[in-house]
Amino acid sequence: MSGVTRQRVGRVFEALSGAAVALLLLALLAVLVDVLRDATALSWRFFLSAPGGSPAEGGIFPAIVGTAVLTLLMTVLVMPLGVAAAVYLQEYAPPRALPARLARAAVHHLAGVPSIVYGLFGLGFFVHAVGRALDGATGHQLKWGQPGLLWAAATLAVLTLPTVIVATEEALRSVPQELRAASLALGATRAQTLARVVLPAAGPGILTAAVLAVSRGAGEVAPVLLTGVASWLPDLPDSLSSQFMHLGFHAYVLATQSPDVDASRAALSGTVAALLVVTFLLNLLAIVLRGRLRRTAEGL
Amino acid sequence: MPGALHPAVVSRPTPPVEGARRRSAHWDKVVEGLVTVAGGAGLVLLVLMMIFVVREALPLFLDPTQREHASLAKLLLPQPWRVGHPEALLWNPTSQVPKVSLWPLAVGTLKVTFVALVVAAPLGIVAALFTSEFAAPRLRVWLKSGVELLAGIPSVVLGAFALMTLATVLQTAFGLDFRLNALVAGVAMSLAIVPVIYTLTDDALRAVPPTYREASLALGATRWETAVRVVLPAASPGVLGALVLGVGRAVGETMIVLMASGNAAVGSVNLAEPTRTLSATIAAEMGEAVSGSMHASLLFLLGALLFGFNLLLNLTAGAWVRARLHRREREPA
Amino acid sequence: MTARPPVRALAAALAVLSATASAGTLTIKGSDTMVTLVQRWARTFREQNPDVRIQVTGGGSGTGLAALVEGSTDLAMSSRPLAPVEVERLTAKTGHAPAVISVARDGVTFFVHPSNPITSMTPGRLASVLLGDVARWSELGGPDRRIILYTRETTSGTSEYVRASLLSHQDFAPLSQPLPGTGAVVNAVSREPFALGFGGAAFAKGVRPLAVEVDGQAVAPTPDAVRSGRYPFTRAVTFVFARPPSGDARRFVEWVLSDEGQALAVAAGFFPVT
Repeated sequence: MSGVTRQRVGRVFEALSGAAVALLLLALLAVLVDVLRDATALSWRFFLSAPGGSPAEGGIFPAIVGTAVLTLLMTVLVMPLGVAAAVYLQEYAPPRALPARLARAAVHHLAGVPSIVYGLFGLGFFVHAVGRALDGATGHQLKWGQPGLLWAAATLAVLTLPTVIVATEEALRSVPQELRAASLALGATRAQTLARVVLPAAGPGILTAAVLAVSRGAGEVAPVLLTGVASWLPDLPDSLSSQFMHLGFHAYVLATQSPDVDASRAALSGTVAALLVVTFLLNLLAIVLRGRLRRTAEGL
Repeated sequence: MPGALHPAVVSRPTPPVEGARRRSAHWDKVVEGLVTVAGGAGLVLLVLMMIFVVREALPLFLDPTQREHASLAKLLLPQPWRVGHPEALLWNPTSQVPKVSLWPLAVGTLKVTFVALVVAAPLGIVAALFTSEFAAPRLRVWLKSGVELLAGIPSVVLGAFALMTLATVLQTAFGLDFRLNALVAGVAMSLAIVPVIYTLTDDALRAVPPTYREASLALGATRWETAVRVVLPAASPGVLGALVLGVGRAVGETMIVLMASGNAAVGSVNLAEPTRTLSATIAAEMGEAVSGSMHASLLFLLGALLFGFNLLLNLTAGAWVRARLHRREREPA
Repeated sequence: MTARPPVRALAAALAVLSATASAGTLTIKGSDTMVTLVQRWARTFREQNPDVRIQVTGGGSGTGLAALVEGSTDLAMSSRPLAPVEVERLTAKTGHAPAVISVARDGVTFFVHPSNPITSMTPGRLASVLLGDVARWSELGGPDRRIILYTRETTSGTSEYVRASLLSHQDFAPLSQPLPGTGAVVNAVSREPFALGFGGAAFAKGVRPLAVEVDGQAVAPTPDAVRSGRYPFTRAVTFVFARPPSGDARRFVEWVLSDEGQALAVAAGFFPVT
């Protein structure tokens, strides 16, 4: 083949590979457009009212609140643990020593565990083991030993732990070594350096970790399926042991259990829209934050 | 070692300051202790997960009644099911005569994963090749962010799309008997794993030193030849890692298959027939399983299998990738 | 820094835990056939009794009864009679037999696509189709296309009822597709010209109910035929309690059985108990 032909062939393949990216983006966009296109039929009342007698009637307010409370609780549970674990791996553990390598490998494996297995774990550990023990200790007949808000949040916290650890580690790595050295040289202890220098400097990165965790956790349905979701519960959760409605699960119910799918399409679109507001906008925020952080880190 | 700084500081004589210092030193220990405990959390949780999932599956092997209804032979070998029909591999654990073959579920999982990978791997890799090798830097940032953003579409949304729209499209396009089948579920699943493959492949391609490209171009290769024959092979451990992660995600993914696969537990290899996966079975049946019953133990066994598969996948692929990367590190860049 | 903030946080957390320990909700779980009906009941009942909290979750009769055994629901909705093992488990748990209360009647209907030329079948034919022995519509006088079977997950009381009353408890054809709810079955059949599914009569929208041939006569699942029992596949849908209901649960059941409650059942496509 002559050089010119090879150049031409190369160009053609380059263009084709460009088409692959376009196809990928378009396919994912098509999903969004298809699933969201009926949301325009809804009024704001849909988002602020309780569900009616059938899936297609009424609104999704309890599902919005349920998802929000669930992810908030999850964040409260996962952030201290995840940040502390990342601090250990990044700041305290001798990098090549066995404990750190084991801990890192464990986080790596946790990230690969299927979400439905997290659900089984939540059911087997939190609900059956911890919950029933708690019932025994507090004298309740059956309160904690059944699926509920706290256990679903704990399950999601375990699920998002690897995300938080990895993102926080990245944030800690981006804090220049000189800052730590300066603080320690001024006589600060390691704990003081950590609390007053390193963590504040890594703040935006840790925020990114939280945002990523929420964006991931809010969209997961399989684990909450086994640990506390209810399909019709117009009351808002009033206790950590309440069951709750959930946007992702509600979307599942609307898509699979409604006898008249055309009638419930608008409700499905609205539910998905509300779900995407959480997962998507937060994901966007994380991408922007992270991009900014990386640029700053490279600038230093 | 930075911790060695403060004993010298503590020995300063002024008493109130010394008190404060000692408290600080005390806190230093407390913080180190707490952080170390948290550092072990991942490991502890992984072990707990193994224990609690396996524990609830154990009665299958220990409890005499369960062992009889779900013996290894019944789990793995063809069983009689209807008079006048050949023995078959079936899953129907709550039937009057429970049928507990793992094969239909394993085959279903493999079928869906196979379709997902066949669609997602070429698309993700070629798209990453464009992004890494041919796109202008600005475009690259936009493309990558765009895919990363769309990767955040929850799987239940992909499932709804597959169930309502994709199933009809594919049925019409290929004239399929069944509306819901392994093909629909697999194609929808590919949408879930293609961002993973794309992102990680792009990272791997970017990690190939620019000198590789420069050398290839200087020898007269075109950009495309350089990308495919030099950069892609050099990045192959990373690309393999991307594919492994994609497979792991596809095997465990639940909502998409639950909604789009038709959920019939037949172990046929026909992609146009409905199929049932391990993960969807857990999600669909856990609600009715009374804890402690054989059915619940079986579902936890499926969970343990998924857990074990992913662990094994990570371990072997991880070892392979590390070995390849290690070899490269020793070569001069 | 002192040791106090963590201690205070712990105390606060414990306070939250104990403060939330008193909420009472009537939880209802089970039959998907009944979910819509019971949700309507619950909504109207709550309008009159705003102090009562009710939550309704589907999943199938089996799911509800399993939850009742576990103690994680107050009331199970069941669209089939209890299995002996379920009665046994409940009795072992509470010391006395469960309370089963019929709250409405339902006719199990077999659906086909409106364009399907087949309008009625004998119970024997239906059984062969459901078992997979008859796999093509041509064997029934229809087009030469595969019969796409939609069933329900085994948690479903409707599915149990059909297996018990038509198939003498045999399994559905292996290639039948179990769906998570009656709504899903109706929706699937309405989209596929060669499909057959079944569910509560209340759901027949966008699909055509098949008439069942009794003594050579086709009987459609009309309200009259179901009420009179001429249509062969009718059943009671029930509430199951582990112990006789009291308090809010009792008030709810009494209201459901009142004229007002039964009128709502009719509006939801079911039939009154009496």
